[in-house]
Amino acid sequence: MTTTASAPTDQATRVLVCAYDRLTPDLGVAALIGDTQVALFRLADGSVHAVQNLCPFSGASVLSRGITGTRGDVPTIASPIYKQVFSLIDGTCLVTMDKEPQAGIAPDLVVHPVTVDNGQVYIDLAGGP
Amino acid sequence: MTETKRIVVVGGGMVAHRFTEAMRDRDADGQHHITVLGEEPRAPYDRVALTSYFTGKDPEELSLGTPELWDDPRVTLHRDALVTRIDREAREVEDGAGRRFPYDHLVMATGSYAWSPPMEGADLPGVFVYRTIDDVAALRLYVEARAKELRRPVRGAVIGGGLLGLEAAGALQGLGATSTVIQFADRLMNLQVDEGGGHALSRLIENLGVSVRCNTATQAIKPDKSGRAGRLTFADGGEMLVDVVIFATGVRPRDELGREAGLAMGERGGVVVDDTCLTDDPAISAIGEVACIQGACIGLIAPGNTMAEIAVDRLLGGQSTFPGADTSAKLKLLGVDVASFGDAFAQTPGALELVYADPVAGVYKKLVLTDDARTLLGGILVGDASAYASLRPMVGSDLGEDPAAWLLPEGSGERPSVELPDEANVCSCNNVSAGAIRCAVTDEGCTDIAGVKACTKAGTSCGSCLPLVKKIMGTELEKAGIEVSNALCEHFDMSRAQLFSAIQVSELRTFSEIIERFGVGRGCDLCKPAIASILASLYNEHVLAQDRAALQDTNDRVMANMQKDGTYSVVPRVPGGEILPEHLILIGQIAQDYGLYTKITGGQRIDLFGARLEQLPSIWKRLVDAGMESGHAYGKSLRTVKSCVGSTWCRYGVQDSVGMAIALELRYRGLRSPHKLKLGVSGCARECAEARGKDVGVIATDKGWNIYVGGNGGFTPKHAQLLVEDVDGATVFQVIDRYLMYYIRTADRLQRTAPWQEEHEGGLEAIREVIMEDSLGICADLDEHMARHIDSYEDEWKAVLNDPERLAQFTSFVNAPDQPDPSLAYVEQRGQRRPATASERESGAVLIAPSTLEVRS
Repeated sequence: MTTTASAPTDQATRVLVCAYDRLTPDLGVAALIGDTQVALFRLADGSVHAVQNLCPFSGASVLSRGITGTRGDVPTIASPIYKQVFSLIDGTCLVTMDKEPQAGIAPDLVVHPVTVDNGQVYIDLAGGP
Repeated sequence: MTETKRIVVVGGGMVAHRFTEAMRDRDADGQHHITVLGEEPRAPYDRVALTSYFTGKDPEELSLGTPELWDDPRVTLHRDALVTRIDREAREVEDGAGRRFPYDHLVMATGSYAWSPPMEGADLPGVFVYRTIDDVAALRLYVEARAKELRRPVRGAVIGGGLLGLEAAGALQGLGATSTVIQFADRLMNLQVDEGGGHALSRLIENLGVSVRCNTATQAIKPDKSGRAGRLTFADGGEMLVDVVIFATGVRPRDELGREAGLAMGERGGVVVDDTCLTDDPAISAIGEVACIQGACIGLIAPGNTMAEIAVDRLLGGQSTFPGADTSAKLKLLGVDVASFGDAFAQTPGALELVYADPVAGVYKKLVLTDDARTLLGGILVGDASAYASLRPMVGSDLGEDPAAWLLPEGSGERPSVELPDEANVCSCNNVSAGAIRCAVTDEGCTDIAGVKACTKAGTSCGSCLPLVKKIMGTELEKAGIEVSNALCEHFDMSRAQLFSAIQVSELRTFSEIIERFGVGRGCDLCKPAIASILASLYNEHVLAQDRAALQDTNDRVMANMQKDGTYSVVPRVPGGEILPEHLILIGQIAQDYGLYTKITGGQRIDLFGARLEQLPSIWKRLVDAGMESGHAYGKSLRTVKSCVGSTWCRYGVQDSVGMAIALELRYRGLRSPHKLKLGVSGCARECAEARGKDVGVIATDKGWNIYVGGNGGFTPKHAQLLVEDVDGATVFQVIDRYLMYYIRTADRLQRTAPWQEEHEGGLEAIREVIMEDSLGICADLDEHMARHIDSYEDEWKAVLNDPERLAQFTSFVNAPDQPDPSLAYVEQRGQRRPATASERESGAVLIAPSTLEVRS
């Protein structure tokens, strides 16, 4: 057991995504779980975070390719398209760059619970906040 | 509503321009119609900058203000209209063509003419004055023609060693002539500087190859065999051979119209006006050099502009009066700084003089102080006038305990900081006080120098006050609690330029070390790419090396351009726009095989759109295998070097512009910088490559190449300015190496070359000194740094192909590496595909899903 970044997950609904060592610090990757795309980040402190890969402001599935950072103490991800900044803790959009999200999409991100178990990374789509 | 008043302005010079501009700015109800009658065939231009005509400026670039002023329906400009008579009774003026212009109020702004003494030979061919664009153009033609005939350097002489004489000497040098300044007085610029200053000035100017003869009275100009100016004879019996002579013996007011109309005249000429600029006829004002105000005609632009403002104010019912002329001046003559201000000659009773002279460095500085050695009265600065902007507005103020500190060489210690009083005049060209600048910040909400310039006009003429304007603005913003922060972001307090030096000096090479040493926290999307760019500029290591991939912005991270749907475009490098047919075919083949949308770019390349992340390496491999490479259409880096076809094929080309463009692109490819860099090369003056719209533009001449710098397209387009002329190929590389490297080291984050150059202290002139004269002593370092860049260039795309670890980043999904992004959707348009819009997706009009786009080969 390494780190959990969110609430504990249900053993039954969580899905194995990859080995923890496959993740490079601060370099996101995308994962495909069913039809759902997830952006997965291992941060410098070792914690792992998962949010939706869909960028609400462009409609493209690209958040895994954004730059991680911090705003104050909050770990963040910036969209690579129009540079909006989102919290990796609760998905809140912190910087909108004076833009509106695409029609029908919420500005904040869905955060998915992640567990690292025995060197393996699991995401629980059912276990949303 | 009151009736429209007809204002007629006689004269079309700088002061007429200021009057018209001020009237249009302030006459909110549009109650005045202005007719400007100018004798010259062009709109008013910047006569002060006349010499820049020799450094390649077009006459148009000397234009003042915005051309829209002359399109205003309430302004009529008549060019070629020489007024010959004022009919005060009928209130009309008449021009040479017999046209009559009625006026309700007449403004005389006829300026002055270059006076030449009644001397034998003053009317010979080859004798010139120095006043208008036409004078300068005629001089240029003559010198160029003589140079061809004589097949040796043309010998030039300037009679008169004042301000204008030194300008003219510089102009002669600029034309390739030798130049000698002949001065009647015992020193150069005897009206502005004292003996010590004059000597320092002579030494500096002689070092630049201009000969100086003081205490010399010219007696006659004798013709040569062809009847043109050939020889000067002097009162002391001496002689000098010449081919061209320029009179710079002063100016006289052009007051004949006023004289004939019976207006009161000054003892030494000029139309007498009171402190409101009115003549003894209340329907006539006189402004600028023609006006005799407080007993004298003043040949400087700043008091002329003040008079124009007063005349406008009075016509609009204001109460302003002439405050007395500020005869301060700061000039750069032949690259030598000369400034004189206030009571420069210490004529105030009891005045003390504080002198600092360094004959080796060629610096002479003098402050004139009150008898208690505290209050500044005036001063003279020769060789280093950097303190001028701070000192001139301090005239009449307390300089503090240690006035001598102001005279020390720049950088030798902290200059005392003293708060300027509100009424201190900061921009003397446009008469802007320190208070007005503070107001622009506090009341008008200006937060940057561009805003303050637009709002107050401070620094928009000669620009010498800009450092001070910046300082006042900064202090005011700070007081208002608006942080004038150059900080990169919340993690770094430093500006990009500061951080650049810090990283360079500390030799740190990873982001984690850098933020630990110089910043706080863990970084963000602002500082990470900036530091990645600095590291790339310094060491030219791979953008994905070590921990750098996570620092790179969107496009650098995958070395391709992200498009709106998250796919990428690939733009293969086509150096200089020259491409082999087989490479052209390969690009087409790749586009077909991957189903990519193709478009020709503005930079003479071909853009291939719609490649998915996981497809990029295989596309690059196709290019690499055929001897091509992908290219930087992304990143803050060199993009392309655009060229016209040049002398190899073109009937007009004078140099091989394509060859030069290819050499430049291969030299600077991969160079990371604060913002994108674009270059252009044209093979002749027709400029088909539009090189002056580029950061660096190289334009062929008969003798070599001209280099222009700081051109930008984009949101605020700017034409590039001439940096050097007629240099050979090796010099082209050296100059551009230094220019780019200096920019890379000192510009702000995301600051392009045009604003960098504009905001650089001292502007392009100072940059030229850094690059051409090594004024900072860093040229060897810049050269070495660029050489390192060129030597260490690698094809960054090919490097990824050979590195399994980096290659792993080019997968769509960590748990399904070959599965394309299922959300991509396209429609067909004009025979190619483009991303489907949201409504097309909903309506099911999507024709092409990613699964149908598998690679064929």
